Amino acid sequence: MAGLTTAVPDALAAYVRDEPDGTSALNLMVENMHCAGCVRRIESAFQPLPGIVEARANLSARRLRLRWRGRGTNGAALLERLASLGYHAVPFDPEEMVSSRAAEERMLLRSVAVAGFAAANVMLLSVAVWAGAFEDMGPATRNLMHWVSALIALPAIAWSGRPFFRSAAAALQARAVNMDVPISLGVTLAAAMSLWETAAGGAHAYFDAAVMLLFFLLIGRYLDCWSRGRARSAAERLAVLGAAAARVIGAEGERLVPSRLLLPGMVVAVAPGDRIPADGRVLGGATDIDSSLLTGETLPRAVRQGDQVFAGTVNLTGALRVAVAAAGEDTVLSEIVRLMEAAESRRSRYVRLADRVARLYAPVVHGAALATFLGWTFIVGIDWQPALMIAVSVLIITCPCALGLAVPAVQVAAGGRLMRAGILVKQADALERLAAVDTVVFDKTGTLTEGRPRLIGEPGRDPEALALAARLAAASRHPLCRALVAAAGGAVPMADVVERPGYGLAAGTLRLGSRAWCGVSDRDKSEDETGPELWLARPGTAPVRFRFEDTPRAGAAEAVAALRRMGLSVYLLSGDRLGAVKALSARVGIFDGRADCRPSEKVAELERLAARGRKVAMVGDGLNDAPALAAAFVSISPAAAADVSRAAADMVFQGESLMAVVEAITTARRARRVMFQNLILAAGYNLFAIPLAVAGLATPLVAAAAMSGSSIAVTLNAMRLGRGGRKDKP
Amino acid sequence: MTILAYLIPAALFLGGLGLAAFLWSLRSGQYDDLEGAAARILFDDKPDDSG
Repeated sequence: MAGLTTAVPDALAAYVRDEPDGTSALNLMVENMHCAGCVRRIESAFQPLPGIVEARANLSARRLRLRWRGRGTNGAALLERLASLGYHAVPFDPEEMVSSRAAEERMLLRSVAVAGFAAANVMLLSVAVWAGAFEDMGPATRNLMHWVSALIALPAIAWSGRPFFRSAAAALQARAVNMDVPISLGVTLAAAMSLWETAAGGAHAYFDAAVMLLFFLLIGRYLDCWSRGRARSAAERLAVLGAAAARVIGAEGERLVPSRLLLPGMVVAVAPGDRIPADGRVLGGATDIDSSLLTGETLPRAVRQGDQVFAGTVNLTGALRVAVAAAGEDTVLSEIVRLMEAAESRRSRYVRLADRVARLYAPVVHGAALATFLGWTFIVGIDWQPALMIAVSVLIITCPCALGLAVPAVQVAAGGRLMRAGILVKQADALERLAAVDTVVFDKTGTLTEGRPRLIGEPGRDPEALALAARLAAASRHPLCRALVAAAGGAVPMADVVERPGYGLAAGTLRLGSRAWCGVSDRDKSEDETGPELWLARPGTAPVRFRFEDTPRAGAAEAVAALRRMGLSVYLLSGDRLGAVKALSARVGIFDGRADCRPSEKVAELERLAARGRKVAMVGDGLNDAPALAAAFVSISPAAAADVSRAAADMVFQGESLMAVVEAITTARRARRVMFQNLILAAGYNLFAIPLAVAGLATPLVAAAAMSGSSIAVTLNAMRLGRGGRKDKP
Repeated sequence: MTILAYLIPAALFLGGLGLAAFLWSLRSGQYDDLEGAAARILFDDKPDDSG
């Protein structure tokens, strides 16, 4: 292999970072690295190379970090070495991927550690105090224990409680109440009151309850953040692996540039089989363009010099040179993005279940505390200080420990279960929204169907003609040709096949392609035969016709039937022609739908449904679905979807089967049930604890026991959801 | 009860040691790749002698 460094900047140069210690680093996203063996093979392939300082694979994130001495790179050689091992890799910029979420996750974990340390030590001292109450512990020793507890607990609360305090402050500033408000209030009051008691030499300090509460809540919050971070990084991985770099033709030859860095006026080369990286105009070459992701149309479109091409479409048959369109030009992508932003801003904000509960909960609990204080002062007639103590103990004992865990614990369990089934939940409240859905709207091409044509079997057809056509077709990337080869069970490509983009193939006197290419007149075409077709023309015999259709995705009909059994209405919104939509909807069992929808019409249709009070789940994959995905109550897209759509969707499912949608909705509904059970469990605990506290009978021991008991009950109940649905890793 | 004067600081010191060790391991990136760490234990030779 050639040396690692070359003087000429090459394809990967844009991704190589100069480290301060004089080395260069490159981060790669590696596809299909999923076991210990892969890590071993990849690392040991790079470590012995001269100049390599570090070759470290990260199995959880499927990344590889390479660092070598000196500047410059021979990136192609590096990628080739990976490819020779059987791994496809794409460079990425770690700065972009490390979001604020990773920092938040780390900060939460640190808070968990500190709160855990404080909780364990304070609890140790508290147990001594509780035991001492039955033995002969003097007030001096008890006071010492309390002071040491305060010394541990107060800094720990001040430091690790910050996530709650911050969020509560933000909520109050926005004149709203979320769950963090009663939590912050409870913890702060507990700490302040215990400090007061300790200073006065009193018997009851709630430091243990306060830190334990924080510890439990932080665990819940960390798990929530972690599971979402995992789903998000999996989604980011899909995005990076899907986005290929563009080959820009410049003065000094070709170089690879990340698609998003393309500038207007640049000329890019697009080989057959590549995705077109940006909107632009064809400078040279002719080809067929598959724009199924953009418009939902299954049939390729022929383009030649001067035609417009759009980002996200796939070049099928011929090499192209494309001039990137100027910014501000009315590109399809910019229109889609504009529609998406408009749809998002119109979407009403969903109030999460936990926050709705908090809105009810906070006034009730704070009212009860106030009533307790007033009751003890004016009705029973004790001094205001002990009355205040009792009122604060009401707040402490009702501090929503279990309520704070009730929803996140379920989300973690459900999210983990869905992840094992290949469904990534990107938005925190997506499960809650999905559970409330009563209507599912599907896109057609690529969602309900595979987005690939398949040959329709015709009994009267000459098998020899099929074999011959397949040998011609094997020379082309056109989806119809691919389908023909697949139907023939593979074929040896014929020699000297010439492809004419937009028309068809020729080899000598044999021709395979459109009607016009094979000299068949349009006149005998009947109305119902609108599907894609190829003709084979041979000298001496009549032309043979091959018809194709876009076959439904695996599990499409079952999924639709299952959704209907669950009481959901199912719609179909497609950008494709009416005939194609009708044929498919009959096959999968959808009776309601619209064809010929532009992206804006899809959004309008969804908003019409929403105006009628429907809660719509949109399932779509194309660029043309992206605004609809953004407008829907909740949205799901397959992993093979366009980047923009995958980013707009709340959930992404991997794998072929559409049954994933059913699984997602079933799990979401179960999750909602368990959330309600948890909220009832937590409320039931409060029903039992509040009277004790109001009566002035609550002691730190009661608070600690009740709090941990209810938290554990809620967590165990949530974990029931995680069981089952486990799929073994490949 | 004077024994407490030794035992409480000792307990706190040991606990603090654990906390410090955890924070250090977190900072040095040992929790970045839990799956990989679980797999690496299966490599039977040192990473620097290629096999």
